[in-house]
Amino acid sequence: MHIKQEATERHTLSVTVDNESGILARIAGLFSARGYNIDSLTVADVTEDEKISRITIVTTGTPQVIEQVVAQLDRMVPVHKVTDLTALAPHVERELALVKVVGTGDHRIEALRLAEVYRARVVDATISSFIFEVTGGTEKIDKFLELMREVGLIEVARTGVAAIGRGKEAL
Amino acid sequence: MTAEMTGADILIQALNDLGVEVVFGYPGGAVLPIYDALFKQNRIRHILVRHEAGAVHAAEGYARSTGKPGVVLVTSGPGATNAVTGIADALLDSIPLVVLTGQVGTPLIGSDAFQECDTVGITRHCTKHNYLVKDPAQLGDVIHEAFHIATSGRPGPVVVDLPKDVQVASALYRKPSVQALPHKGYRPQVKADPALIEEAVAMIAAAERPILYTGGGVINSGPLASQVLRELARVTGAPVTSTLMGLGAFPASSGQWLGMLGMHGTYEANMAMNKADLIVCLGARFDDRVTGRLDAFAPHSKKIHVDIDRSSINKIVRADIGIVGDVGRAMEDMVKIWKAGQHQARNLAPWFEQIDGWRARKSLKFPASTKEIMPQLAIRKLWEATHALKPIITTEVGQHQMWAAQHFDFEGPNKWLTSGGLGTMGYGLPAAIGAQLGNPNALVIDIAGEASIQMNIQELGTATQYRLPVKVFILNNEYMGMVRQWQDLTYAGRYSQSYSDALPDFVKLAEAYGWKGVLIEKPEELEAGIAAMLEHDGPVIVDCRVAKLANCFPMIPSGAAHTDMILEADEVVGEMDDEAKALV
Ligand SMILES: Cc1cc2nc3c(=O)[nH]c(=O)nc-3n(C[C@H](O)[C@H](O)[C@H](O)COP(=O)(O)OP(=O)(O)OC[C@H]3O[C@@H](n4cnc5c(N)ncnc54)[C@H](O)[C@@H]3O)c2cc1C
Ligand SMILES: Cc1ncc(C[n+]2csc(CCOP(=O)(O)OP(=O)(O)O)c2C)c(N)n1
Ligand SMILES: [Mg+2]
Repeated sequence: MHIKQEATERHTLSVTVDNESGILARIAGLFSARGYNIDSLTVADVTEDEKISRITIVTTGTPQVIEQVVAQLDRMVPVHKVTDLTALAPHVERELALVKVVGTGDHRIEALRLAEVYRARVVDATISSFIFEVTGGTEKIDKFLELMREVGLIEVARTGVAAIGRGKEAL
Repeated sequence: MTAEMTGADILIQALNDLGVEVVFGYPGGAVLPIYDALFKQNRIRHILVRHEAGAVHAAEGYARSTGKPGVVLVTSGPGATNAVTGIADALLDSIPLVVLTGQVGTPLIGSDAFQECDTVGITRHCTKHNYLVKDPAQLGDVIHEAFHIATSGRPGPVVVDLPKDVQVASALYRKPSVQALPHKGYRPQVKADPALIEEAVAMIAAAERPILYTGGGVINSGPLASQVLRELARVTGAPVTSTLMGLGAFPASSGQWLGMLGMHGTYEANMAMNKADLIVCLGARFDDRVTGRLDAFAPHSKKIHVDIDRSSINKIVRADIGIVGDVGRAMEDMVKIWKAGQHQARNLAPWFEQIDGWRARKSLKFPASTKEIMPQLAIRKLWEATHALKPIITTEVGQHQMWAAQHFDFEGPNKWLTSGGLGTMGYGLPAAIGAQLGNPNALVIDIAGEASIQMNIQELGTATQYRLPVKVFILNNEYMGMVRQWQDLTYAGRYSQSYSDALPDFVKLAEAYGWKGVLIEKPEELEAGIAAMLEHDGPVIVDCRVAKLANCFPMIPSGAAHTDMILEADEVVGEMDDEAKALV
């Protein structure tokens, strides 16, 4: 017997929640308990009084699963609002990566040149290493990392996706 | 200016303000301050169970039979973990509960202190919501919110974990208004979108082969919803089927009643679902016991789905119209719009003719026997002897539960208490105790299996202590019959570990607890045995020895289509392929 797989889509969700203890465990736990995927999850409080946090979740699933993810998040008691940015409207997605590259000679020069193309900033340097700071969409960062692997990448830290809808309306 | 109170007193005061009359509980170190506060008052009645699992199921029985939330109080660590099964049970069956658990003092949390466990972590995914209260000043608000959350929207269990120092420390308490509760984002949608209701009514009026598929949500909505359902059925003329959880919402004596649907539902209910052109799902959730094989489920029909929980809609089956809101109010709106639009029920005679054809198969018939008691007959006799008394029936889990669902006819809501979603053996006896407490004058009967009843048998003592005249009617087949039945179907009758060996003498056991025991061994003893049970004004166990190898039909095997029902016993013994073996 084989377990069947179905075609999936990638969606970016924005979830505003009461900023209370255990909230992240509740959200993350929902995904594991119901077998949903989390590709990336970021969280920070976003209101002046620090009472509301905004969580950005990138998830993949069949359209039916995505609809369930939204509905399941929405029914949680501390959740105020769930927005499927991917379904809603054009939006901007960014993440930041810190990328450590070690090398000398041609590799080092090539790393710098590529960094320039990708608008990555050098935030730390030694004789044999650089740390680049790069921001952009997930694909851009993936591509940058792919190139850096060729020229001495040894460590990466990524923030995960933050996303916001385009235009003058707020969520 | 009101004076400060201890956390324990705030809790008791809040419970009083919320109208709580009964708490099911079991004491221990981490809840001693609360037990002391209980000792000093006499408004709230504490029912001492014999095991925390019993407390939660009793609270479920109380809740389901009265419509009020059930309240549980247990200690930290093992008290809390023992309560988990009942909490999960209440979540799956949408039962409103507030479970208060003791916790070690806040400075000790996380230190592996004595009887510490991460109750909030353990119960996070088997509660509707849960809390760890770290500040006595917030305790009052949390308790009020816990009850609000447990009872509103889709009901469910809420756990409030109470560290011991919070119970002892002092703070001010004032009764909060619902608007002032902490979670502003929690606003379940009760009123359905009128435009969708209009659309739904038009669709029902146009249907040639409509069916109302009702569920536990109608019971959750309150007794009024059952009345409105009758009205909706009357004006539309549509036939009605129900899930296991919705039994009683529609009277079994009605000519429009098709019986339960699903795995052990009637032939006519399942065939009607399969051939309908419109399914109106009212507070039911397309459970896998109901749909069978999904790609073959009701292939020719449009679906209207009314549910208070948006996540129930399109979860399993896509709805053509999804209506979020309270099903009672939605049905009221439907009836109003139906009447205002002067819709006439279509001529459904051809549809009912077809249905009568399926009814003629008499799918609930069972073989007669003069030697053995057929379990179905025992239920039928029990119904005959008691239905005029409008009894509350609880069950354990297994074949006896399904036979009770098939052969005990219900006429009203809140009379049928069963563990459907989690299927928890051991539910029935404590649930009967809770139901009896909430309905002191009712006849309450737990229809049990000999294996299940042993899972919370200790609660016999609780009924004795509080003089609760509950009846336990055991269909004793000396097997975990439901397991054995699946072994017949799937594993060529290899009865691995499904024999109930070393059974106690249930009559003596009853007597040991101060109950009456009745043994029924032959078909001709059934009526007298049931009469003896009813005559006794205290608690009674009836050990009814039934045919050991009887199986429960009709049955749609897991993963089969509604049209692939097994109706007869002789079709069954065999081996299934891996795909079938992987299904539950
Ligand atoms: C051995 C065994 C065999 C079983 N066989 C069968 C079988 O043959 N047939 C069968 O039907 N079941 C069977 N069950 C039970 C099954 O597992 C499910 O528990 C049951 O089908 C679910 O019932 P339901 O759809 O009514 O939903 P429930 O679990 O009762 O859920 C209620 C639904 O209504 C919604 N709701 C709640 N309140 C409201 C409201 N106020 N307004 C609107 N909506 C509301 C909820 O959000 C939820 O979606 C069996 C169980 C066991 C243990
Ligand atoms: C706590 C728990 N453990 C295991 C099961 C699996 N199970 C379902 S029915 C059943 C057998 C029940 O036997 P009995 O109570 O004698 O009822 P019968 O089917 O014979 O009527 C078992 C073991 C369950 N539902 N609940
Ligand atoms: Mg049995």
